[in-house]
Amino acid sequence: MTNLARATTAAADRPGTARGGARAVPQAPSPQGAMAAALKDAALAALVMLGLSFPILLLRSDVGSNNELVLTPRVPLVVAACAIVFFGRLAIAFVRGAWRRSHPRRMAAASPVGTRPVVGRVAGLLGYALTGAAIAFPFLAAYALGGLTPARYWIDLAILVLTYLMLGWGLNIVVGLAGLLDLGYVAFYAVGAYSYALLSTTFGVSFWICLPVAGIMAAFFGILLGFPVLRLRGDYLAIVTLAFGEIIRLVLINWVSLTNGSAGISSIPRVSFFGIPFTREDDGFAATFGLAFDPMQRIIFLYYLILVLALVTNAVTLRLRRLPIGRAWEALREDEIACRALGINTRNTKLTAFAIGAMFGGFAGSFFAVRQGFVSPESFNFMESAIILSIVVLGGMGSQVGVAIAAVAMVAGPELLRRLEILQVVFGEHFDPNQYRLLLFGLAMAAMMVWRPRGLISQRTPSVLLHGGGSPAAAPAEAR
Amino acid sequence: MRWLNDPLLSVEHLVMRFGGLVAVDDLSFNVGRSDITAVIGPNGAGKTTVFNCITGFYRPSGGALTVRGGAQTFALEKMPGHAIAAKAKVTRTFQNIRLFAGMTVLENLLVAQHNPLMRASGMSFLGLLGIAYPAAERAAIDKARHWLDKINLTSRADVAAGELAYGDQRRLEIARAMCADPILLCLDEPAAGLNPRESAALTDLLLGIRETTPTSILLIEHDMSVVMEISDHVIVLDYGRKIADGTPAQVRRDERVIAAYLGVEDQELPAVVAEVGS
Repeated sequence: MTNLARATTAAADRPGTARGGARAVPQAPSPQGAMAAALKDAALAALVMLGLSFPILLLRSDVGSNNELVLTPRVPLVVAACAIVFFGRLAIAFVRGAWRRSHPRRMAAASPVGTRPVVGRVAGLLGYALTGAAIAFPFLAAYALGGLTPARYWIDLAILVLTYLMLGWGLNIVVGLAGLLDLGYVAFYAVGAYSYALLSTTFGVSFWICLPVAGIMAAFFGILLGFPVLRLRGDYLAIVTLAFGEIIRLVLINWVSLTNGSAGISSIPRVSFFGIPFTREDDGFAATFGLAFDPMQRIIFLYYLILVLALVTNAVTLRLRRLPIGRAWEALREDEIACRALGINTRNTKLTAFAIGAMFGGFAGSFFAVRQGFVSPESFNFMESAIILSIVVLGGMGSQVGVAIAAVAMVAGPELLRRLEILQVVFGEHFDPNQYRLLLFGLAMAAMMVWRPRGLISQRTPSVLLHGGGSPAAAPAEAR
Repeated sequence: MRWLNDPLLSVEHLVMRFGGLVAVDDLSFNVGRSDITAVIGPNGAGKTTVFNCITGFYRPSGGALTVRGGAQTFALEKMPGHAIAAKAKVTRTFQNIRLFAGMTVLENLLVAQHNPLMRASGMSFLGLLGIAYPAAERAAIDKARHWLDKINLTSRADVAAGELAYGDQRRLEIARAMCADPILLCLDEPAAGLNPRESAALTDLLLGIRETTPTSILLIEHDMSVVMEISDHVIVLDYGRKIADGTPAQVRRDERVIAAYLGVEDQELPAVVAEVGS
């Protein structure tokens, strides 16, 4: 396909050179050109938005107490609107790039050599854009709603989204890269959560020590699950992992002396700022840093904690993908017999995939415990595994950006739907969209399987390129 | 007669049974160092079964398979499948091509260098920190490039392997096996489905491997023109037993081979089989 495109461009160039360099056909944009064009386009759109929002959004006019005109400036709103337009426009450029990629015939006629890197770069750009938006989110929300406390609902929701995103990225290593269908991923989430809950309530160990311990515990359970399923593939693997998830849950319910059964473990110590608690006391976070006490400080800290954990998961996954172990995982997904014939120890390779995927699940689990302050087996039922797996499948197996988009859609979507009052207008006063959540999941899944059976972003970015690509070590953060 | 004086691989009294079916029966032969050795025989003679025993996909019911690679000697029948490629350095290709179809051509060649790269990346720990690994990967890419040049696929290096033409896939599979630095390369019907021009390119590739690398080649092939042109040593199997063993010229004259395999008319077959069996 690339050759065809190259031939087309070459043919297009020839008449141009014959006429003394004047090009008859506009030349195809280079990858950098496409990236710059996307940025330029987004900036232009944001500028238009700025122009529009000045007269409409910037000043709110009210009638004052003496019938005079009161103008309230709303700068954050304008900034937020421009930011939305900017990132939205970038997202559109990216989706277009991906669409062209999946429709090669039109692309060969209209454009260019090396579209693959273009999509990769735009995906990378979108990754950075999403990361930037995630970093700015609590402040944007606070500005838009006039304070941190009113924004609490949105920040809590964002924390939930990021937790699922981290779980999705963790599971993506097992399902997306190594191709091992795991229906019991929530078990590792549970192991991580209970590791922290038990260690902190029994021995008073701090969160920062428990976090790695929870990861190691979960990785150990990952290996434990890995051994019996080494020889299984596809459906059989899915059934055993499903059973494993249920076994962990039933053990948590029935081993009452250790786990307190269905009642769960409560009053788990809350997170501290590297040892400084978020309390009103003199040795608390606010007093230490000379700030006024605000319970939202803890929430904001939790938000950035899970953001960092999720980004670490992403960075490690991207890095591993470019290392021999990551390529071996993908090779294993493609053809296990060929792997063996090339001297790859398939047992160890599978076990590392299970262990590393489980480790990130464990991290997320201990975060869950420290955030909730309470864990019970009810939080770790099959539904959770199904949601995490849906995020990975909908996002496009192996695609980090796709998983991020799917996590937002799957977790925040139903919540937003609940707040849409238009549905109550249409279906009557007592309509609760939350009750139809599963139905909507099902519909979304069915629609996806019809239109994009390989996920939102089905294109695979090569881990290394011989032509026109940097060495992977030189550009580790690219192509999220 | 290098296979008698300096055997790289000795197969001794190999037996492979599947339930009551004896696929390979008391088979012994040698593969000479730096030779191209061909295993031929009618369909169902047990050629692929022998390959699967050598490369660890089957565990033989009996017999010994010994590889003498320089200083070390390996008993293949006792080794796990992946160690045969990793330690004894015996790699193979498959009758129905088994590339990593979704990965690029270059990635396929890098996966073949998994074990040395894995060591260079400090079992991934150093690689995760970016220490020492980039240089090793550059060297691996150079080696991949060397083989891509040999099979004329350098320009297609970043294309998914599954998108290549059939003949290119066959040659890529051989290049991939060579990237693992084998001392013995086992090819299962490398010329199957190739047109005459692709067959000629394959012949050149195999002869090039013999001239320029220390790798010995063991191949199963039905295309007699390829076998007779490139082989130093031909082994003929029929019903799981060896019926002839020698140079191509010797095998071509062998009556049992002619009867069993090369030139028997259909209507004569029952009579010949009865004669050979007695």
